[in-house]
Order: sequence, then structure tokens, then C-alpha cells
Amino acid sequence: MIRVDDLWKSFGSQEVLRGVSFEVPPGEFVALIGGSGGGKSLLLKLLVRLLKPDHGRIWVCGKEVAASSRKELESLRSRIGFVFQGGALFDSMTVYDNVAFPLREKTSLGEKDIRRKVTEELELVGLRDAEHKVPAQLSGGMIKRVALARALARDPEIVLFDEPTTGLDPVVSRAVLDLFSAVHRRLRLTGILVSHEIPRIFEIVQKVAMLHEGRIVAVESPGRFCASPDPVIQQFVNGKASARSCLKEELV
Amino acid sequence: MIDAITSFIEDKRGAKTKCITSMGAALMEEVGRLGRSGMFLCQTLLHSLTPPIKGERVLRQTWFIGWKSMLVIALTGIFTGMVVALQAFPTLRRVGSEALLGPLVSLSLIRELGPVLTALMVTGRAGSAIVAEIGIMRTSEQIDALALMGLNPLRYVVVPNVLASLLALPVLTVVFDVIGILGGYLVGVRLLGLSGGTYFGEMSTHVEMKDILGGIYKALAFGLLIGWVCCYKGYHSRFGAEGVSAATTQAVVDTSVLILVCDYFVTAAVF
Repeated sequence: MIRVDDLWKSFGSQEVLRGVSFEVPPGEFVALIGGSGGGKSLLLKLLVRLLKPDHGRIWVCGKEVAASSRKELESLRSRIGFVFQGGALFDSMTVYDNVAFPLREKTSLGEKDIRRKVTEELELVGLRDAEHKVPAQLSGGMIKRVALARALARDPEIVLFDEPTTGLDPVVSRAVLDLFSAVHRRLRLTGILVSHEIPRIFEIVQKVAMLHEGRIVAVESPGRFCASPDPVIQQFVNGKASARSCLKEELV
Repeated sequence: MIDAITSFIEDKRGAKTKCITSMGAALMEEVGRLGRSGMFLCQTLLHSLTPPIKGERVLRQTWFIGWKSMLVIALTGIFTGMVVALQAFPTLRRVGSEALLGPLVSLSLIRELGPVLTALMVTGRAGSAIVAEIGIMRTSEQIDALALMGLNPLRYVVVPNVLASLLALPVLTVVFDVIGILGGYLVGVRLLGLSGGTYFGEMSTHVEMKDILGGIYKALAFGLLIGWVCCYKGYHSRFGAEGVSAATTQAVVDTSVLILVCDYFVTAAVF
């Protein structure tokens, strides 16, 4: 479903991704973990061509992203839902209008069908009663749930989650991850979840990929990942990364 | 000794080369920036001329740029007209031409002050808001969200602002001119004792359609400038509050300067 081969991306003299390669089969939910500033969000943006790689190839749903024409890219993006770190809700619109927006703009559905679909999505994320609120009236957790409802509105085959629990308290964060897990099980979506919620995310994904120093150093099932003798993985899993290496990642 | 001199000369050469290299890099960066902003304008105009146009958003932005600027334009207009009349009347009386007060006020406003001051006020009030809004949309990833929904952010965010600015500026300029002329009337006729018939009568003799159209052309040019520069700066603002704030300041300064530069060239071409 998603295949990345030898992906490189630099900003000026700073090489962020240095030969990233990995694969996500259909229906699989993969957690992408790694140090802050290590290029995880960047990798998601490259997958949907919000940014262009310096080198390397990406295939999504069998199409090579870089070689796609504008029309092909548009059609490809319609098969992908993206939950942004901050939600990226349109702050001039209500919750209802935010979820309805992609349906109004990109489908030929009538207002009645749009209402049915939006209601369905808002019920799925438990926000049926908040449809008249604007983003400024929502809590962090609610924003992430509306963002998920909007991402699911066009029935995507792939959903990319960019640090969806950042800034949330542990209870809300757990609730949001449970929701993502339930949605994934119910809709059998292919997904990539960028998160630091270790070990919580190990319970909801099939594979864990670790990005370290610009490369994917492991793609394993959660059990094998945790049992890996690799010191880098162990440091990360147990939260025992040395202060020096953490600072180095942050600086990158 | 010779070695020291050679090394000194080499150091000097190195410094010179470095200086030229950095100047060249800065020049190339500036050329690149101009090229990008030019491309941005071309793409915006292309999207403005081809369907689908987001009519509802154009109307909403026209209301924001036009209607919401009305009070500030009216106030600026009336006091500009009043001060022009107040300044001009004694001089005209000295040369026995006080009857020309009406034409002087109206031509100053219609040909020059109306379009320029309207554009400067709109830049300060609405242009800065446009930059901040688009800048925040950029930093909060709303523009990326639009792109991922298969919508062209230029068409959705930029084109409505540029079209609204093009629609609102001529209307606001006409409002400025009319209220300014009334301001001149208040001072010239009500305060300084000129006859109302003379004020308006001489005006209809001296003001030609060419003057009115010239003012409208200027307003259109300034409207395009405001929409283009403010949207471009917001669209390419750097991340964070500081980035948006810097983009807003730069947009207001750049637009204001460009309005005055453009004013000269449009004046030279039209009048």
C-alpha cells in the first residue's frame, strides 16, 4: 500500500532523512517512532507530496507519488486522510462545516447526504453534540477527534496521524488512541501513526518502525521490537536515551 | 618579509572574493524572491480568470475589505477634503481665484489623494488582517489541509482576497472622493463663505471623465497590489508568531511603498 525507497531530504546543509526505506502492507497500522526533530512528520508530508524529496521514490496505492500528474495526485490524496498535529481545523467554520467541507468541495453529494455522512462521522468520534461549536470552543482532545472525523469523511483507504496526542493529558491521550484503534479495526484502514506514546501505542499497532539518524533502523511487530537487543531501540523503549543523544536529536 | 606581504595580499584577495560572493548570493536570493512573487501573481491571475471562482468567499472578503473599511475611509475622506480647502482657499483668494476652490479640491481628490490615501488606509486596516489570517492558516497547517483535500489553496485563499481587493478599492475610492468633496464644501462654503453654486459649478466645468477614470484605474492598480503583496507575504510567512508578525509588518511597508511608486507610473501613463 505504501512503499518508500531510499528517501533523502535536506534543508540547506542539514540532512534530515538519509536513505529511508520501508513498506506498509494494506490494512496494517504502523507506529513511526523516533526522537523529536528526527523527521517523522517530514516523512508523512513527503508521502503526500506536501514536500518534495531530494532523492528516492515513494509509492502509495501503487502510484509513484513524485511521478504523478496534478490530477493523479489529487485523486491519490482523496484516498488518504491526514490528521495533523494541531488538527488544522478551519477556525472560521463550525465543527459540522469542517467535517462537511471536503464533501461539499470535492464530491457531488447533496446537502441531505452530506448531513447524514457528517452525523455518522461525528457519532463515530463521539462529538455529535458539538457540531455547532467552532474550533476555539473545543478542547485539545475534541480538536483531534474532529480532525479524525474530517479525515474519515471521504472514506479514505489510508490514514496518516501526525503526533495526534501531543499536548493532551494522559487520560485524553489514551482516549484518542483508543478511538484511533477502534476506527482502524472497524474500517480496516492502512495507517501510519507518528507518536511518542510508548508503550501505549504498542497495544494498537501491528508494526513499529523506528527512525533514527535519518534512517529506519527497525520495522518489527511490537513484541519483537521491545525484545530487540539493539541498544538504540532499548534506550528509546525504556526511555533511557542518554541526555547527549537526546540533545543531539533535538538539535537536528 | 616577502612571505608576510604575499600572505597579506592573499588575505585581502580572499576577503574581496568572500565579499563579492556574499553580495552575489544576496542578489540571487533577491532575484529569486522577485521571481517567486511574480509567479505567484501570474498563478493568482490565471486562477482568477478560470472557473471555479469561490463566489461566496469573494463576497465575504469584499464585505470585509470594502464595507468594514467604510468608516475609516469616510473619516479620512472628509478631513482630507476639509484640510485641502482650508489650505488652498487663502492662496486662491490672494490671486483672486477663490472660485477655483471646487475644481482644486475635487481634482486633488479624484486624481491623486482619493486613490492613494484610500489604498494606504485599506493596506493598514484590511491588508494587515489578510497577511495575518493567511499566515496563521499557513502556520497552523490549514493551507496544507486544503491541499490534501485536493483543493488549490491559491484558488481558495488567495484569489478571493485579490478579487475582493480589486472590487472594493474603486468603490472605496469613489466614496472617499465624494465625502472629501463634501468636506471641502463644508469648509469652503459653510466656513469661509464661498457660494455653493460657485463651488459645484466650477467643478463641473473643470472635472473631466478622464480624471475620474484615471482615479479608478489607479484604484484598480492599488487593489491588485494590496491583494498580491499581502497574500504573498502571508502565504510565505515563516513559522511562529514572530514569523507572522514579521510578514505583516513587511507586507504593510512593502505595499505602502509600492503604492506610491506605482502611483507615479500610473499618473505618467494616464494623465
